[in-house]
Amino acid sequence: MADAHAEAVHVHKEPTRFIWKYVFSLDHKVIGKQYYFLALFSVFVGMCLSILMRWHLVWPDAHIPGLHWLSAAGAPNDQMTPEYYLSLMTMHATLMVFFVLTTAPQSGFGNYFLPIQIGAEDMAFPRLNMLSFWTTFAGLMVLISTFFVADGPPLSGWTAYPPLSGLGSVSGPGEGLGQDLWIISIAIFCVGSLLGALNFIATLLELRTRGMKLMRLPLTCWAWFLTAILALLSFAVLFSAGVLLLLDRVGGTSFFVPAGEVISDKLIRGHAGGSPLLWQHLFWFFGHPEVYIAILPGMGITSHILSCFSRKPVFGYRAMAYSMMAIGFLSFCVWGHHMFVSGMSPYTGFAFSVMTMAIGVPSAIKTFNWLGTLWRGRLQLTTAMLFSLGFVSLFVSGGLSGLFLAQPPVDVNLHAGYFVVGHFHMVMGVAAIFAMFAGTFFWFPKMFGRMMNETLGKIHFWITFVGVYCIFMPMHFLGIAGNIRRYSRFTEVIFLNTPHMIGLHEFMSIAAFVTGAAQLIFLFNLFWSMFKGPKAPQNPWHATSLEWTVPSPPPFDNFGGRHPVVHHGPYEYSVPGAAEDYVMQDSPEAMAAH
Amino acid sequence: MAALALAVLVALITIVSVAIFWGHYWWFPVDISTHGAAMDHQFNLTLIICGVVFIASQLGLAWFVWKYRDRGDGRKAAYYHGNNALEATWTTAAAIVFIGLNLLGYRIWAQTRFTGPSPGALRIEVWAEQFQWYFRYPGPDGEFGPSHPEKMNDAIGNYLGLDREHDQASKDDIVTATLGIPANREVELILRSKDVDHSFYCRELRVHQDVVPGMEIPVHFTTTDEALKHGEGGTPGRYEIVCTQLCGLGHYKMRAFLQVMPEQEFEKWLQQQAAMQ
Repeated sequence: MADAHAEAVHVHKEPTRFIWKYVFSLDHKVIGKQYYFLALFSVFVGMCLSILMRWHLVWPDAHIPGLHWLSAAGAPNDQMTPEYYLSLMTMHATLMVFFVLTTAPQSGFGNYFLPIQIGAEDMAFPRLNMLSFWTTFAGLMVLISTFFVADGPPLSGWTAYPPLSGLGSVSGPGEGLGQDLWIISIAIFCVGSLLGALNFIATLLELRTRGMKLMRLPLTCWAWFLTAILALLSFAVLFSAGVLLLLDRVGGTSFFVPAGEVISDKLIRGHAGGSPLLWQHLFWFFGHPEVYIAILPGMGITSHILSCFSRKPVFGYRAMAYSMMAIGFLSFCVWGHHMFVSGMSPYTGFAFSVMTMAIGVPSAIKTFNWLGTLWRGRLQLTTAMLFSLGFVSLFVSGGLSGLFLAQPPVDVNLHAGYFVVGHFHMVMGVAAIFAMFAGTFFWFPKMFGRMMNETLGKIHFWITFVGVYCIFMPMHFLGIAGNIRRYSRFTEVIFLNTPHMIGLHEFMSIAAFVTGAAQLIFLFNLFWSMFKGPKAPQNPWHATSLEWTVPSPPPFDNFGGRHPVVHHGPYEYSVPGAAEDYVMQDSPEAMAAH
Repeated sequence: MAALALAVLVALITIVSVAIFWGHYWWFPVDISTHGAAMDHQFNLTLIICGVVFIASQLGLAWFVWKYRDRGDGRKAAYYHGNNALEATWTTAAAIVFIGLNLLGYRIWAQTRFTGPSPGALRIEVWAEQFQWYFRYPGPDGEFGPSHPEKMNDAIGNYLGLDREHDQASKDDIVTATLGIPANREVELILRSKDVDHSFYCRELRVHQDVVPGMEIPVHFTTTDEALKHGEGGTPGRYEIVCTQLCGLGHYKMRAFLQVMPEQEFEKWLQQQAAMQ
């Protein structure tokens, strides 16, 4: 493969004024941090919402102090109404999936480290980069505004199935202006995401430094590149679907609404010919690649960190790269597994299920290769390593539950229940988050020039690791017993309202409160270390990729004017005969060419 | 120390999780259908296979964390980039196991979904609306009368918009709030929604199907004698039907009852329901 190397890139001078340096910055490092803090804000709001949800599920009639300030209509007397529970659930999911899992792993760490890891001065399009962040920020502001409109946030879930979401406030509380604003917020987010995706792809293809062949890229770069391709193809479809849904609501169209609807004795006129299933196809065509967008960067980060702290090359580098490509491709072939009982043709359902089982294969390969990386390594259990090891355990747990849901006859009894909720939380809500924690502890020294506190980091890890298993493993048991999801309370169904079932919910809620509180340790560690942490050396972890060849934090143009030349792969640890147990990627030290 | 703690913790999580799955402490309820046994068998097969992989992977992780921890003795890690033969082997094995498992379950899906009911099946319409289930029997003429959306009026009890004065087929239709069915006889449900997406689920029946406005979706099943031996709150044949597709604020309380009865009792019940129309 011919070497691509960075010619004269863009030239943008280092700004001096505060507003151009820290607010409307063109520097990918500043933009990466902006995305990271946007995600951090969103995850804390999302987590607080989940705490409120878990409180309400177990004590549905409780007075939650201060809740009426958030919404007088949603919580009169501080008691959460059923519709407000569903609104909080919708906002929890929307914040987490879009503004946390689609920003931090890709646009946060990716923006900061992709250019440096490939030896470039910045992204290919710095202005587009700045625009994509502020577009995303605008999307978040529109979403948050739904808390403050009269009818409150939408209650149709992050999946927003019409006709419930397609008819306006006649569908009930929570389906007024809040739903319109939700659609607009997501559409804005789509634009930001598409701009970012273009940038990542162009950067990776065009700005790799001399010697950085594709098969010498760190696996983080592979992950960011493939995720950007997924984002480019899938967010375009979500944007279109959102436009159609908004038109059904305000424009008199009927993409998703059939004729003759009667809601609460009101005949809905002016709609005909629409199909609710069309929305589901459009949404899940985006929605399934979306969850791989959420996890692929985390997989890249895990490979990167496990290798470093095992002092061993990644086991099966090519297999890892090809698996990510396979996962990316197959992610567009499986969307119907969300629709086995939707009314879609059962023949189509069977086809989707075969593809879904197929996508389990590259995921399994990655897991075996992670274990292979640890095998005969010399494991250093830093906080970053602990979170990466935790990722492997959680990904195994979460991934295996997918094998049940992938089979239609088995899904019949698990669909729309807590087994599904447990599955996707394990993979997205925990494994992906663990990769974010690992990335934070690993890259914080480079980003902020200081070290985080390892003791606090480890305390945070142990409580969180135990806590998340206590919260999400029991959901699988409840799902088998038939616990349905998206219920605001369990008091009206006899088989749910038993001590046996409610007791497990109590256990999960208490675990959630403790685990949630423990995240404050991380927050404290993060902010305290930014100002008071010990100064970080250039390469505290003795890692090999190009970000560790520049100062902590890096200068404005990353490499101080030099153009690094790459001589071999990114994971040359414990090379026999080498001076140290690691060889930097730009070191000319000779070894078997690859 | 940390290595030992992590290894022990992962092992403990594995053992406790497996024990709870094995012990069936939270499990499926009794199966009252003819197709449920095959579904349950497929679930159990999946559980065993996933259980083996779960135990092997988690304990493998725990073992490696313990065995390969840095003991500060200067031992170097092995410089190993991978093994193509191993890659080929575990890729093939995973593909065979995963796709094979899926194909094993093909027959159950085909039997319940690819083919319709036999001609003599009892046809019942299931109607879903925010936040109530109604059921319609065609009556002696065997035909469901037309439903007129503009005539639907819950307030006066005309849930399905029937015009019993002018539509001949509607005159003998029976609308109930409970889904009464005879045991051991094939039933075909035709699912319809008045407003938004809902989903019909009865755990014991092992039947789950979304109800979509603008569509009439059929599902069919047959109950067994087991259906008469069990029941909610000690009432034989009584099982809960719940909504599983988010439909608005009352989603959590959209619940009806399935009542399975011996054939003669069912006929009597249907006549009583007819008299109340």
